[in-house]
Amino acid sequence: MEELKYVGKTFERSDAVKKVTGALEFVDDMHFQRMLYAQCVRSPYAHAKIISVDMSEALKLPGVRAAICGDEYPNRAGLYLEDRYFMAKPGDTAKYMGEAVAAVAAETPEIAEAACKLIKVEYEELPAVTNALEGMKPGAPIIHPDLAKYKIASIFLPEAGTNISHHYVLRKGNFEEACKQADKVFEHSFYVPHVQHVPLEPHACMARYDADGKLTVWSCCQSPYAVRQALSVAFGMALNKIRVVSPAVGGGFGSKAGTTLEGIVIPLAKHCQGRPVKLVYTREDEFVNAYVRQGMHATIKTAVQKDGKILGVQNRFVWDGGAYTEYGVNITKAGGWASAGPYDIDNVWTDSYCVYTNHPVGGPYRGFGMCEIHFAIEQNIDMVAKAIGISEVEIRRINGIRPGGHTGMNEQVDIAGYQECLEEVIKDIEYDKPCEPSGSPTKIRAKGIAGGWKAPSMPTNAGSSAIIRMNEDGTFILMSSGQEMGQGVSTVLPQIAAEVLSVPPEKITFCCGDTDYTPYEWQTVASRTTYCAGNAVKLAAEDLKNKVLDLAEIKMGAVKRDLEFKDGYVVHKIYPDRKYPISEFALGIAFPDGSGYGGPAIGVGTYTLENNINTDKKTGLAIYHPAAYWTMGANAAEVEVDTETGNIRVLKMSSCFDAGKVVNPALYCAQAEGAMVQALGTAIFEELKLKNGRVLNKSFMDYKIPTADDIPEFSIKYVEHAEPNGPYGARGVGEPLMVPGAPAIANAVYNAIGVRFTRMPITPDDVLRALREKKE
Amino acid sequence: MKKIHVRFYINEELNELDVQPNRTMLSVIRDELHLTGTKVGCGAGECGACTVIVDGKPVNACLVLAPEMDGMHITTIEGIADHDGNLSPLQKAFIDHAALQCGFCTPGFIMSATALLNENPTPTRDEIKHAIAGNLCRCTGYIRIIEAIEDVANQNKGGAN
Repeated sequence: MEELKYVGKTFERSDAVKKVTGALEFVDDMHFQRMLYAQCVRSPYAHAKIISVDMSEALKLPGVRAAICGDEYPNRAGLYLEDRYFMAKPGDTAKYMGEAVAAVAAETPEIAEAACKLIKVEYEELPAVTNALEGMKPGAPIIHPDLAKYKIASIFLPEAGTNISHHYVLRKGNFEEACKQADKVFEHSFYVPHVQHVPLEPHACMARYDADGKLTVWSCCQSPYAVRQALSVAFGMALNKIRVVSPAVGGGFGSKAGTTLEGIVIPLAKHCQGRPVKLVYTREDEFVNAYVRQGMHATIKTAVQKDGKILGVQNRFVWDGGAYTEYGVNITKAGGWASAGPYDIDNVWTDSYCVYTNHPVGGPYRGFGMCEIHFAIEQNIDMVAKAIGISEVEIRRINGIRPGGHTGMNEQVDIAGYQECLEEVIKDIEYDKPCEPSGSPTKIRAKGIAGGWKAPSMPTNAGSSAIIRMNEDGTFILMSSGQEMGQGVSTVLPQIAAEVLSVPPEKITFCCGDTDYTPYEWQTVASRTTYCAGNAVKLAAEDLKNKVLDLAEIKMGAVKRDLEFKDGYVVHKIYPDRKYPISEFALGIAFPDGSGYGGPAIGVGTYTLENNINTDKKTGLAIYHPAAYWTMGANAAEVEVDTETGNIRVLKMSSCFDAGKVVNPALYCAQAEGAMVQALGTAIFEELKLKNGRVLNKSFMDYKIPTADDIPEFSIKYVEHAEPNGPYGARGVGEPLMVPGAPAIANAVYNAIGVRFTRMPITPDDVLRALREKKE
Repeated sequence: MKKIHVRFYINEELNELDVQPNRTMLSVIRDELHLTGTKVGCGAGECGACTVIVDGKPVNACLVLAPEMDGMHITTIEGIADHDGNLSPLQKAFIDHAALQCGFCTPGFIMSATALLNENPTPTRDEIKHAIAGNLCRCTGYIRIIEAIEDVANQNKGGAN
């Protein structure tokens, strides 16, 4: 293969100048004439019937232009499960504390707030479900009595008359037989609490309803097309009458993947035709009313031989899905898919339950269930190794996936760099060597490792498209709806097009995020964009190139196979002196008599996953490939535990993943660093504290995320086993890079003080309590 | 509510405004002057996204009441590059080090670091970490931001030789 010129090299971010100058306009920065400000009334109960909503006093307040309640919503909507109105309806129930029950639009934010206080809502409080394990038991209060009637994607299995919106089942081999053959069987349980994504930009949305019936929505959303679809369903509007624009996304991590506050703003805009209505979440809103990462209870049984070979695992995952589980059902499935961890195990039985609770709405968070299950899986594997007396490295070498190995779904994985990644982080952190002394007898240092993997969990036919146009001067406009949210898609996708067209990436301007102008993309989630949108972009660039070469055949009197794009020219391969700048073909070709032919150069690329087939519904087993690819790797961490204060400092983290092909090395490393720091936050700081359905820590004062003071030394490596169907061999990495971080830290903490923490985060209080108990 | 007359310089331009006394400097900067590079991340002085430089010091604009702006010399992110758009060495370093991702916190970091470098052109890594400890970022993992600031500190050291 010819050496790549633009893929695999670091290029400056295409959005950098706008970002360092503050010039990039986020939704909250947009200021339109005659703009109105929205505010919501929210349920003070975790679970309550809404008897009545009286808005008359609010409407009398000068400056109030509209007030709405749940009556405005004809239909339920949701991505995989249509289980929610965008506002709780009178006569129905509010299902979490903070759910919107009414909203107003007013001339100023102050008037909007005052008007909300004048809206009278009568509630009848109902018993609430505030624990998923309790919520799945018979006799628990039922949160969605109409579950059986909801529209749901066919792969999901809700249990009518319960709070279980999906029961995922996987039956590979026979776990009971494996137990009989095993030397030992272990059972360990873990708990992962709710956490918040904490994008620095709080959710914001503005909507305007024009006289001709066109609705324009400006929203900081990751997936404009998914938002458009949900709004179309919820309000019964034709898709061509809705335009969703996502001008910028100030951090997503999944929290902006779905449709949230857009649904609140739209009816207000409808009642104030021609006037833009804006709603911006406060930080407090962000903690409670944006998606949260679901809590998860895990129990893992492991049947193992004394030589370390794992014969079988049985997993039970119970997810605290919150009030609505339009996404939760699929996270539950994704957790089931990957439930064996990056290990090749013959007998895997998994039951993964998505349970409605009266908690904030669970949604996708970087990793889509993987961070949660791997906190359990990767500590469990260390616990099993220690119990049978082999090293945590050895048990991973024995059982870790290799090329040609099989997932828990029995899907064959031909490209699997896991073992190399494991060896790389072990080498990098010098796992076998003791840590440098801390200089204090009460500060104990140790190292830990963990692996992880993830496959994009998306509809098997998710689609992507791209359009590329050549300008008259040989520069390009590339349009896709792979959304830039910081991960670098607006730099990486032009690099892929640049490679095809043999022009530097700065000659390609990237546009995304406008359903009227940029072409369809299912969603910017699942670490799928470089792969899926990347394939569409590559096909679009190839289409343009092909069309130009058709014209070049005529203009240059040569056959196509002898022509190529090279450094901005169409060049004859055999007679390289015969060449034309590509710009000569931008508007078609001109003949000496003045006539023309061909038209402007435009390329179109459409891509659908190839041959991804749903798993067998009864057993969960792969029929063919259910997943586009598996991204896998490992982390090692070195920690220092202060036995006097209970503080944990993470000193170093090493990362190595099989990235397929790294398109932009600097951006890859930046993703890895950010992912590990997010993992560190969940491991030792972060928990959304819930009591009787109430979020107790809804500010940065009470919910700490890592600062510059908390970061470790980083070492980032990667291996590149090309993904056969990925653009130039690339596969997705953004989420997987976070997956092994938290368990690697937890394993290092165990190795330091001999205490196993089966619940995250591991706080100083937890450490001190555990040390005290250990002493006793 | 009676408005209060204030006179202040923002990015070296004189402004005179009548402000509502219960509004914040952040609201005046964003909603009245439409300088939207200064971001609202929490409204409580905990995230640093609204950092501006007031009389040489980094300040959370969300914690200053509008009437207090009277007499202040304020620099926002819009005042860091020159009028022709030439970026400051720190802005260039952020780009060179890929020290930004979503870009929402970036102006705040640049303001905190600019204030640091103005006061101490050659800070140590610890001094840098301390100076940006009040700025939250969820994307980058901070290290590239630290390295970008260090890069400018090193350039400043070179200049002193």
